[in-house]
Amino acid sequence: MNYFPDEVVEHVFDFITSHKDRNSVSLVCKSWYKIERYSRQRVFIGNCYSITPQRLIARFPGLKSLTLKGKPHFADFNLVPHDWGGFVDPWIKALAKSRIGLEELRLKRMVVSDDSLELLSKSFPNFKSLVLVSCEGFTTDGVAAIAANCRFLRELDLQENEVEDHRGHWLSCFPESCTSLVSLNFACLKGEINLASLERLVARSPNLKSLRLNRMVPLDTLQKLLMRAPQLVDLGIGSYVDDPSSEVFSKLKAVIQLCNSIRSLSGFLEVAPCCMSAIYPICENLTFLNLSYAPGLQGNDLTKLVQHCRKLQRLWILDCIGDKGLGVVASTCKELQELRVFPSDPFDAGNAAVTEEGLVLISAGCPKLNSLLYFCHQMTNAALITVAKNCTNFIRFRLCILDPVKADPVTNQPLDEGFGAIVRSNKSLKRLSLSGLLTDQVFLYIGMYAKKLEMLSIAFAGDSNKGMLYVLNGCKKLRKLEIRDCPFGDVALLEDMGKYETMRSLWMSSCEVTLGACKILAKKMPSLNVEIINESEQLEFSLDDRLLVDKMYLYRTLVGHRKDKPEYVLLL
Amino acid sequence: MSSENGKRLLETDAGGLNFEATELTLGLPGEPRVTSDGGAKLGSKRGFSETVDLKLGDNNQEVKLGHSLQEAAKSPVSKTQVVGWPPVRGFARRGKKSCKYVKVAVDGAPYLRKVDLEIYNSYQQLLTSLEDMFSCFTIRNYLNEKKIDQVNGIEYMPTYEDKDGDWMLVGDVPWQMFVESCKRLRLMKSSEAVGLGLKTAPKYSSTN
Repeated sequence: MNYFPDEVVEHVFDFITSHKDRNSVSLVCKSWYKIERYSRQRVFIGNCYSITPQRLIARFPGLKSLTLKGKPHFADFNLVPHDWGGFVDPWIKALAKSRIGLEELRLKRMVVSDDSLELLSKSFPNFKSLVLVSCEGFTTDGVAAIAANCRFLRELDLQENEVEDHRGHWLSCFPESCTSLVSLNFACLKGEINLASLERLVARSPNLKSLRLNRMVPLDTLQKLLMRAPQLVDLGIGSYVDDPSSEVFSKLKAVIQLCNSIRSLSGFLEVAPCCMSAIYPICENLTFLNLSYAPGLQGNDLTKLVQHCRKLQRLWILDCIGDKGLGVVASTCKELQELRVFPSDPFDAGNAAVTEEGLVLISAGCPKLNSLLYFCHQMTNAALITVAKNCTNFIRFRLCILDPVKADPVTNQPLDEGFGAIVRSNKSLKRLSLSGLLTDQVFLYIGMYAKKLEMLSIAFAGDSNKGMLYVLNGCKKLRKLEIRDCPFGDVALLEDMGKYETMRSLWMSSCEVTLGACKILAKKMPSLNVEIINESEQLEFSLDDRLLVDKMYLYRTLVGHRKDKPEYVLLL
Repeated sequence: MSSENGKRLLETDAGGLNFEATELTLGLPGEPRVTSDGGAKLGSKRGFSETVDLKLGDNNQEVKLGHSLQEAAKSPVSKTQVVGWPPVRGFARRGKKSCKYVKVAVDGAPYLRKVDLEIYNSYQQLLTSLEDMFSCFTIRNYLNEKKIDQVNGIEYMPTYEDKDGDWMLVGDVPWQMFVESCKRLRLMKSSEAVGLGLKTAPKYSSTN
């Protein structure tokens, strides 16, 4: 390869698209590093505090697409206080000042302001795609700026963000000249929108493939939109309520028959079950069905619908489908790869919606299953062992028993053996979340067998430091470890400090780690930021090293301490 | 967020896990209050006369308290309020039906009330609850039966404003459809409804 001119090598690199591979390529030699950095267009930064925007810009002048992640995962469950960090503003400011021709920005768990959005919309003439997932801090005014100023916008995808809705007609801000939209997702917005503007926008967007509406879009508007966009591949329905005998509903039924490109269906944020029959004709072709935001559908409605979905590959559903309903899924959806069952009533332990039975049925009926997120009221070792026999292709296995330390209800044993069977038989497992009553034994199994594991989430589990040590020693590919309410302490934390340089981050909250140990770690490992989140009302943070730390978040970084930390974060 | 149970707990018991660590005290400082009916009804509504003494702002707190205590009474270890558990994002949006609070106006009353339509399953339940709430008035029920108020001989028609902004008589459409489309309620004095010529009763019975 050394005898080829740079252009040839660069051309070869064009075929290497995965981030991991490009990173590897850049490490081969100086020449490849140089060629790779000039030709790199897409960069993924898993922790926005691991590098600065300035260094990013310096290294990759050809950057077109940037993905950034901010807060730690447990922020999703309110374990990270407000204002912790993850601000996108410095990134946008730095990129705006530079000569980077940014075209795509994808953010997850970051704080985004209206000012940032406005700056973004005005600084990059070729900007095409904005994807915001689980972000917060902005209003519909910021969205309006994107709509108004990004002349070639193709994608505006807002997923599960906390957006203050000013009902400021942001949709009307798309100029009449904007005809480039391919994907529009505003399902998470709570406010009303200008329906006429929406219809006109869809009418002038011939390339529109993905449209996800919020609950303020009624059924009659849906019917009109589908008339304009029968080519849709991905549809998210807002409000789906009408009288089945109405004329509007008949029109909807007719137009849905024309939408034979739809492969992905979601939403139903408001739904009248009697209207679901209109959807059946498109169910045959669906590969992704997401009903997890549709509380108005009961088990029967869900079951009836699923029976039509023979080609389903991914199903996200609420647990009111019940074990029997999951049985129907198992016998119908033979192509199923991913299943997510969400709790419809997380705090009501009395209403057992799904149990181990449903999961066993799925494992028996769906040979291609490789990704699972399952909230249930109970689980048994026997069931997990059966699942492990039936399914050996799991990449993601996340089980959440709603009662945090529940034992196997049949044997009263911990669930160590069950999870042990899962990791033993699923050699490709990359992500695992545990729950239920668990001892150090389960961690022994994980350390022994989960050789490809990259992300592990643990809560209320284990007996001693040994548990955590088994994992740190055994899981060579571990990147993210998040632990809450476990009896793991200083001995485990400090045993192999170099390990954390091979990982993206470690979160430990309500464990038995002391301030002193964190200080030792921070001192020995300058390449790590060790953050202590202290929420107690004491104004003076006691510097007693024996104090148990409430929340610790550490991550590797190339740029030292961050400058934007709030008062309650102590950086060691 | 206070942390008196937070500077934990190396006092783990033999089982290795200390439930006290995960147990948060429910509600306000001091003795937990129990609602008069043991908190059995979610969102127990106070009668009209009781609202006079009500401290505004405590309202939701007390209602939540009642519900939470009821939940705690069910299970010996109250794990129902562990922070960040279950680990499901946005569960308040998923699953739980959005509570649908609508204003209720009664002609002649000095101020309005709010009811959560989601907690009722039928028109009968709603109207009974409204009668309790505005106990000095009586309401002409959906079956068009007259109920004359003993005190002032006034009867009321339950009406509601729907999504299109039109004022409709309560009771014509299926209950669920009504819940979806109702924006506010008004108990209209029947004397105002004179001339509307309501000869036929609404279609749906209380079993809906």
